Amino acid sequence: MASVQGARRPKAIKGTRGRGFALHASLMLGVLLSAFPFYWAIIMSTHTSTEIFSYPPKLLPGSHFLENTRSLFDNIDFFGSMLNSLLVAVSVTFLVLFFDSLAAFVFAKFQFPGRRLLFALMMMIFMVPAQLAAIPQFVIMAKIGWVGSMTALIVPAAANAFGIFWMRQYMKGAIHDELLDASKLDGAGFMRQYWHVALPVVRPGLAFLGIFTFMGQWNDYAWPLIVLTNPDNVTLQVALSQLNGVHGTTDYGMVMTGALLALIPLLIVFAIGAKQIIADLGKGAIR
Amino acid sequence: MATVPALEKPPVVVVEAPVEAPKKGILSYWRLYAAISPFYLLFLAFGLIPVGFSLYVSFHRWDGLGSMEWAGLSQYQYLLSDSDFWGSVGNTIVIWALATFPMIFLALVTAVMLNSAVRFKNLYRFAYFLPNVTSVVAVAIIFGSVFSTNFGLVNALLQAVGLDQVAWLNTPWGIKVSIATLMTWQWTGYNAIIFLAGLQTIPSDLYEAARMDGAGPVQTFFRITLPLMRPVLLFVLVVSTVTGLQSFSEPQILLQTTANESTFSGGPDHAGRTMVLYFFQQTFDNNDFGYGAAVAWGIFLVVVLFSIINWRLVQRRREE
Repeated sequence: MASVQGARRPKAIKGTRGRGFALHASLMLGVLLSAFPFYWAIIMSTHTSTEIFSYPPKLLPGSHFLENTRSLFDNIDFFGSMLNSLLVAVSVTFLVLFFDSLAAFVFAKFQFPGRRLLFALMMMIFMVPAQLAAIPQFVIMAKIGWVGSMTALIVPAAANAFGIFWMRQYMKGAIHDELLDASKLDGAGFMRQYWHVALPVVRPGLAFLGIFTFMGQWNDYAWPLIVLTNPDNVTLQVALSQLNGVHGTTDYGMVMTGALLALIPLLIVFAIGAKQIIADLGKGAIR
Repeated sequence: MATVPALEKPPVVVVEAPVEAPKKGILSYWRLYAAISPFYLLFLAFGLIPVGFSLYVSFHRWDGLGSMEWAGLSQYQYLLSDSDFWGSVGNTIVIWALATFPMIFLALVTAVMLNSAVRFKNLYRFAYFLPNVTSVVAVAIIFGSVFSTNFGLVNALLQAVGLDQVAWLNTPWGIKVSIATLMTWQWTGYNAIIFLAGLQTIPSDLYEAARMDGAGPVQTFFRITLPLMRPVLLFVLVVSTVTGLQSFSEPQILLQTTANESTFSGGPDHAGRTMVLYFFQQTFDNNDFGYGAAVAWGIFLVVVLFSIINWRLVQRRREE
């Protein structure tokens, strides 16, 4: 073994090149496996159900995308439910960004009685599984008349332990005490310190939290399924799941078209967000 | 010019003094308490009160509408002898194991490869992360077609190489394998990126020293990479235990195609009925809110127990 290793060392450059090719080939195989279901969804969304049923399976796009889209729009209120999803995801994202960063600022930069206790309590809350509260949450929503409305999705999600914890870690490193002291000398109160000193510095952190909150809300399924009792007024994910097997046999072409179209806003946010994070991190590094 | 700073300085001291003075009273911190209060108020209303109430409900018979009837411990007694519940526990653990072990293995391999790749790093990360960004609903619909019995892609492949078709979504093992494959696909890239972050904290001179001592890549992996990655590995294992044991959307969407059955039934023979699916079925299909609450607490205990076992196993191996 040792002699083999010794013999190989002088030719290290050649060896790494060969390994480099194998490496990228295996990584590309992984990329293909990751991407294949997306490709498959595109294929199916462009075929009729009879074409999909045929053997051998179609591996190239067909010409029935518009037809599938039309029957999708006939079966569910696609744009209505997409608007509902957007309403929920956008409002929750802004509320979470505001409440979480405000609380994180307090935990990161101020001393006050009960600070440790309150923080420990928050971390414990982080670990309680969601379904324990599902029944009573539903009962509470029914009592206050929020069942069936978007409020039932937005309000409980408006602040969360993960975001506070994450932003606190970020703020601890990013906001320097001298900066806060200087603003205090200039007569800035608590809210002005938060808005004009803390927030501009932690924009990359906010971008990250915002994108993840948006995507989490956009993809949320179990709670909207329970609480949105009126089938005419649901979020996109619930509407999509209603398409699956409603009439015994599924029109796969139509369902795939729906699944695919529902991904577009998400991919846009992901793409924009990734850029935003990279740009802001770069700016932060130059400072 | 010289007089301006002289004029500016004294008021600064005046501003500082009143800020210091009222620090004794707890009320002087009201701004800080107000700033953190939204989270705690929301938690009180939609977290603490519901969790307490769910404990209360679990000691009652209740259909969610009428009056509650005290049942004492009988819901929990029934839970212990409920073979449907224990069946769902078994299903969940089998699916979790089928998904988690291949996922961790593949994620580790991918991370090690990503770590030594110099080019296309961002492309790979983006591509591997994409499955995790995608909604479970869309993914489950797509996988439902891939594993479909009559015209699914997997069966078409089997047929092409001359093997028998498998009724993936109609047999107990086929259902579990399908759900686990979906979960593996969705989480491998995510975990690979977490592993990659862990790999990058390992100092490279350790690898150089190992290479000098004549260690091959396999030896290096088991002697250096794996031991140093243990904390990250533990994190991934715990997170995948907690999320995997609470799987709901994957089986629910994948197996709801039989229109006359309950949407929470978990497919033929209830082979894909996970614990959380069973909880939803009892609560919202049978309108048995009392028993549903008891099931939820049962799930909680199983998850806690399982996490402790996991943690113990990893800890013990460390001591050896």
